[in-house]
Amino acid sequence: MPKHDTPLLDQLESGPWPSFVSDLKRMAQKKDECWDILGQVELSYKDKITHWKHGGIVGVFGYGGGVIGRYSDVPTRFPGVAHFHTVRLNQPSSKFYSTAILRQICDMWERRGSGMTNFHGSTGDLVLLGTTTDQLEEIFWECTHDLGMDLGGSGGNLRTPSCCLGKARCEWSCYDTQAACHNITMTYQDELHRPAFPYKFKTKFSGCPNDCVAAIARSDFAVIGNWRDDIRIDQAAVKGYVNGDHAANGGAHSGRDWGKFDIQKEVIDLCPTGCMWMEGDALKIDNAECTRCMHCINVLPRALRPGKDQGASILIGAKAPILDGAQIATLVIPFCKMDPENEFEEYKDLLEKCWDWWMEHGKNRERIGESMQRIGLNNFLSIIEVEPIPQHVKEPRSNPYVFWKDEEVEGGFERDVKEFRKRHAM
Amino acid sequence: MGYDPENPMKDRITDIGPPHYEQFFPPVIKENYGKWLYHEIVQPGVLVHVSETGAECYTVRIGCARLISVDMVRDYCEIADKHCDGYLRFTTRNNVEFMVDSKDKVQPLLDDLAKNGQMPVGGTGAGVTNIVHTQGWVHCHTPATDASGVVKAVMDELFDYFTSMTLPAQVRVALACCLNMCGAVHCSDIAILGVHRKPPLIDHDVISSVCEIPLAIASCPLGAVKPAKGTTTTGEEVKSVTVTVERCMFCGNCYTMCPAMPLADPEGDGIAILVGGKISNARSAPKFSKLVIPFLPNTPPRWPETVAAVKNILEVYAKDANKYERVGEWAERIGWEKFFEKCNIPFTEKSIDDYRLAYDTWRTTTQFKYTSHIK
Ligand code: SF4
Ligand code: SF4
Ligand code: SF4
Ligand code: SF4
Repeated sequence: MPKHDTPLLDQLESGPWPSFVSDLKRMAQKKDECWDILGQVELSYKDKITHWKHGGIVGVFGYGGGVIGRYSDVPTRFPGVAHFHTVRLNQPSSKFYSTAILRQICDMWERRGSGMTNFHGSTGDLVLLGTTTDQLEEIFWECTHDLGMDLGGSGGNLRTPSCCLGKARCEWSCYDTQAACHNITMTYQDELHRPAFPYKFKTKFSGCPNDCVAAIARSDFAVIGNWRDDIRIDQAAVKGYVNGDHAANGGAHSGRDWGKFDIQKEVIDLCPTGCMWMEGDALKIDNAECTRCMHCINVLPRALRPGKDQGASILIGAKAPILDGAQIATLVIPFCKMDPENEFEEYKDLLEKCWDWWMEHGKNRERIGESMQRIGLNNFLSIIEVEPIPQHVKEPRSNPYVFWKDEEVEGGFERDVKEFRKRHAM
Repeated sequence: MGYDPENPMKDRITDIGPPHYEQFFPPVIKENYGKWLYHEIVQPGVLVHVSETGAECYTVRIGCARLISVDMVRDYCEIADKHCDGYLRFTTRNNVEFMVDSKDKVQPLLDDLAKNGQMPVGGTGAGVTNIVHTQGWVHCHTPATDASGVVKAVMDELFDYFTSMTLPAQVRVALACCLNMCGAVHCSDIAILGVHRKPPLIDHDVISSVCEIPLAIASCPLGAVKPAKGTTTTGEEVKSVTVTVERCMFCGNCYTMCPAMPLADPEGDGIAILVGGKISNARSAPKFSKLVIPFLPNTPPRWPETVAAVKNILEVYAKDANKYERVGEWAERIGWEKFFEKCNIPFTEKSIDDYRLAYDTWRTTTQFKYTSHIK
């Protein structure tokens, strides 16, 4: 028997896409609070407004994040969701699971929470939706003791790092994204669990410039795989594509008749730097001019591969609009090695320099990208001890308002106006 | 055994971090780690990756509502136990992937997925994959719209693009229910964004007890929140704030810092559509999504205006763009004036930037196209 009528939500049960309403209703057979979720969301659909209160501070002892307090503003009508906190669990790198651990998580969450989840939250955490304050320590205990899992981040801290699946199943990954993500998550457990930053700080790991985890748009510290030698070419496979033996772009366009594959039109002419050409049957690349955009490699996956001298670019300061407008990350380190042998030392050195400065000088609720804007890229580079190079800018400045420093100008700023007047009468 | 509330620190374990990823790899992934040579999409939703050892990994990708019950997860587990040695993975875009190590295992897997009815196969190549989205009315306190319901309505309508690969390039759709934009909404081909349009209310009765007033003042990027005296319902004069309404851009920062300043409103709230963003560095640099429709009303349960707007943009793009061209690359090639004309979207002053660095987006050349906008 439905506990609440949900005529509006019921209309989301039809159609081919999986229905969260049907799923909630199924769960409501076993978990009464799922009826109250349905009831409250139905009320929101009627009122066109949320019925969740501004969050409260709840958590587990010794941690400053990982649990988001959530309370209904209509608790008497929907007592099952009166207290309905979110628990963030740190996902394993690139989200592979065994069914054994998933079933354990499910059983725990059916006992101790609503049974509803997000696979996954936007930052990457496995999100458990809806429990009460008295369950939090019990959940934490079971996670750490029985599941071998820990809480993720929230608040002004290192948010749960995430990565693309990299070498696990992608031929283009220029470093071991999963190893990096795991190692760095483990190294900075304190920064992740005990907020001490001005605001949130995200780091994400993509294996190549296709950037499948959106690091360049979404992370304060983006690590994107790159290489610095020549694209590897298998000329026999190039011929195979030209002859139509292999599907171009990995078969991604096979649903429409785009005509016969044309390497000139589809690869060479679309290369942003114009550094490719055919010599007879052979595809040539002037690698010194290539900006490693991935287009040709994406289109000809059997014929082209990233070079062998692989590592990553580090870009800093991406964020969504809040507070001062959206930012895409700025290239700071064009190329560095991401080496598990030395525990990703180059990455960590730079990260810690950034944190040291930002923790001291960042304003409350200022993302590092905004701090960078406030002080200027040139100052930021000097603080983190990175030599300025043309790769840091799209183009040189067009205004002449240079902030020269006292010590940079011969004789300094100190001058005597009387001396000046002796030669230049008013 | 178990947690002892009398003795919370006894045997406490902390800071163990996530479980090591490697224990969750299916054998074919573990054995071929770092050895993959190339891949191909053999049919919509089915990929094959080929290793230098000759091994093959077939992946079947299915759409998932993201907001799912533990019973749904158990359904996924059942499939994975039967077909995939008990392993599966989730993608960044909330799809589920089932992997098998030979071609003959693919069809039985597809058959079982089809039987379930809630496991649509697709989301690969030049199509529309799952919509990255946020919590909405199901679990957040700041939304200007719902998330799961809008996504369900849009994906029902775009379903054929999820199960096929007929578009000029992949189209990434994202939804965020407020300007906090949990999710890469600001760099998506088509972005659905919840927006407020009424300035915050000020609840003088509670403001001094639930907010740090200086923080509320400092929270406003435009300095619209100012200290002021307020009068409570009982006539008491209290320290409070006032909002300079003409300065407010409805970003919601003040509410984030101060629960006594709610913005949400049934008529004020709704959806803006932004297009042309991209993340990948392929061909052109990553770009922001641009605001083309400033407001559509919240019309639950199926948001017909939003669904129609998204579908219209997608279909005009599908007809007009060149092979490989992302939505933003197409709009830049034809020119944004043509984008508005071809999509039959009225251009309004709301699409002209007047925030910081706005000048970067103003046109400073004599190059333009004659469209119906020039009278
Ligand atoms: S970011 Fe590159 S390496 Fe990582 S999964 Fe995507 S294409 Fe592969
Ligand atoms: S990676 Fe991009 S820039 Fe380099 S050769 Fe290929 S298409 Fe040209
Ligand atoms: S986008 Fe805004 S409203 Fe939506 S879940 Fe994130 S913070 Fe909440
Ligand atoms: S909504 Fe934003 S702009 Fe308006 S008063 Fe609040 S913080 Fe200021």
